[in-house]
Amino acid sequence: MRTKKINSSTLWSALVILLVYVGVFIAEQTLPSTSMLFTVLKKGATYALVAVSMNLLNGFTGLFSLGQAGFMLIGAYTYAILTIPVADRMNVYQYYAGGLVQFAMPVVPALIAAGLVAALFAFLIGLPVLRLKSDYLAIATLGFAEIIRAIFQWNKLGALTNGSNILREFPTFNDFNLMNAQGEVTVYLSTTVPFLIAGVCIGIIVLLINSTYGRSLRAVKDDEVAAEAMGINLAHHKQLSFCVSSFFAGIGGAMLAMYQSTIQAKAFTSAMTYEILLIVVIGGIGSITGSCLASFLFVACSEWWLRFLDQKQMIGDFEVPLLRNGFRLVVFSIIIMIVVLFFRQGIMGTKELPDLFGRRKNLKREVKA
Amino acid sequence: MFNTVFPYLLTGISVGGQYALIAIGYTMVYGILRLINFAHGDVFMVAGIVMVYLNASGIPLWLSILLTLLITVAIGFTVERIAYKPLRSAPRMSVMISAIGVSYTLQNLVLYITGGLNQFYPKIPFFSNAVTIFGVSTKMVTVVTPILTVILVVALVQLINHTKIGMAMRAVSKDFETSQLMGIKINNVISTTFIIGSFLAAVGSMLYFTNYNTVIQTSGSMPGLKAFVAAVFGGIGSIPGAVVGAFVIGICENIIKGLDIILFKAGITTQNMGLATFSDAFTFALLIIILIVKPTGLFGEKTTDKV
Repeated sequence: MRTKKINSSTLWSALVILLVYVGVFIAEQTLPSTSMLFTVLKKGATYALVAVSMNLLNGFTGLFSLGQAGFMLIGAYTYAILTIPVADRMNVYQYYAGGLVQFAMPVVPALIAAGLVAALFAFLIGLPVLRLKSDYLAIATLGFAEIIRAIFQWNKLGALTNGSNILREFPTFNDFNLMNAQGEVTVYLSTTVPFLIAGVCIGIIVLLINSTYGRSLRAVKDDEVAAEAMGINLAHHKQLSFCVSSFFAGIGGAMLAMYQSTIQAKAFTSAMTYEILLIVVIGGIGSITGSCLASFLFVACSEWWLRFLDQKQMIGDFEVPLLRNGFRLVVFSIIIMIVVLFFRQGIMGTKELPDLFGRRKNLKREVKA
Repeated sequence: MFNTVFPYLLTGISVGGQYALIAIGYTMVYGILRLINFAHGDVFMVAGIVMVYLNASGIPLWLSILLTLLITVAIGFTVERIAYKPLRSAPRMSVMISAIGVSYTLQNLVLYITGGLNQFYPKIPFFSNAVTIFGVSTKMVTVVTPILTVILVVALVQLINHTKIGMAMRAVSKDFETSQLMGIKINNVISTTFIIGSFLAAVGSMLYFTNYNTVIQTSGSMPGLKAFVAAVFGGIGSIPGAVVGAFVIGICENIIKGLDIILFKAGITTQNMGLATFSDAFTFALLIIILIVKPTGLFGEKTTDKV
């Protein structure tokens, strides 16, 4: 009886997700490619992946880490360094005689490499840092992100990282569009492919969370001492969660690089981590679905829907006061504060997509609570 | 050798004093609420902006200094009442997220008001005057900062050790719930802590921005983080610790800024190593080392984890 119900709700969720993908694909073929919608969808998919990877750490393992921007930076740089076409290297690394790396990889291996390098750094950083508790861990990971940022800007490493100059000319989302011989786009894929990359990565994270490892991670979150007494190796599981989270943050960073088409180390500040953390909070700490929804909402509000607040608006002859450049962000931060203070559960709480379809199961949970 | 190092040392001591004034706010709040007040660096920045706008409005300088102090204190008080008080019984992570939210809000508010442009900090006579010490010319503020810092810290320590509110603060930081049961009005104590912290941050901002001349919405985040590191380095919750930590960080950071030139003049290196890039990163490296070697900091008390 029970298994059957879960199956049907899972099926419904799968259908919803499929519909979203089909919808994105159709929208991309029919709407003009300059529409704001696609900016939001591309950036939203990128942020969704990073937010879910942060949620894995903060929401499911209870490790309050603020190093996400650092791992995104590593991922973005690894991707860019590996994929800039050899012909363009002289141009990009103009101060460093074409740079050290003299080959270019295809996109998918480079994405995986981006994740692996980020995970490697996470492993090394995790060895000393993961012994720390709550806010000390937060500040130490924040510190590491800042150190990484400084290292990538160091001009002695310029042959690899291009110092504090920008990296560009690597393949971007627009290069996924299929073109015919005349250079005209036949099939638009520049939004569908980021959705696919993010979808696959988030799918892997969901599988991890639902595995025995995922249950151990939740146990670590609820009570470290009890979890250890039950035979869970704390150090091992924390390290695992930290590396996996960083792996996907690295891929997210690479996607951000593709979205922006140029990258520079100095943009990956702690402010970026805070933004992602706020997305996780708005979506609900401990809900993958929530993180995904919240990242699209967050990006849509900050890039699109609230834009009108930045310009003068007239209602008849009346000029609405206060509206000028930057007002959007003020309104936006007030909304965020309201969520943080009064709706601490976020959009989804700890619920996931299938929970929305299984009504009876929800009721049971509420009774328990 | 001395002539090369001395200017950096001097700036370091001065910046250290400014960090110390911010670090006290962090360490006191952490001592009582166990909260990293991420918004503290932004309160410091807002104090700078308030000063800019008050001075531009044409009122006399002494009045704008006074008003800046008052307004900053009011902001610190309001932030605590709005963003932290409702979360008193919530998990620590929620309060920290709220602090990050406040920081985001303050930065965006200032971005809106200033239009995201660098604001020039008014010159405070005497502080901005040039002065020459041991053949190094600098601003008066460099000399005044450490002295002022020490005076304020001594006054604060007296306040904490010898007044009723100080005693209440110590009690609350020892045990939150028990002190509540003993009849201490913890909300008043917490508000006082935020008021003192914001006041010192405002003083710090006057000294800091006189040195650096411009204020922008992100000016507060780096000094804020560094001051927090200073507080952790000295042992969070300990005021002398925060001050010592701040001076160590200020001095080291400035020495590293000049390390290339110092090493070059001493004949150790022959080319520019670009080490100045690491002046910020050093602070965090120091943080990580201290957290691993002695997590309670230099003067921190040892805590045990109870099941």
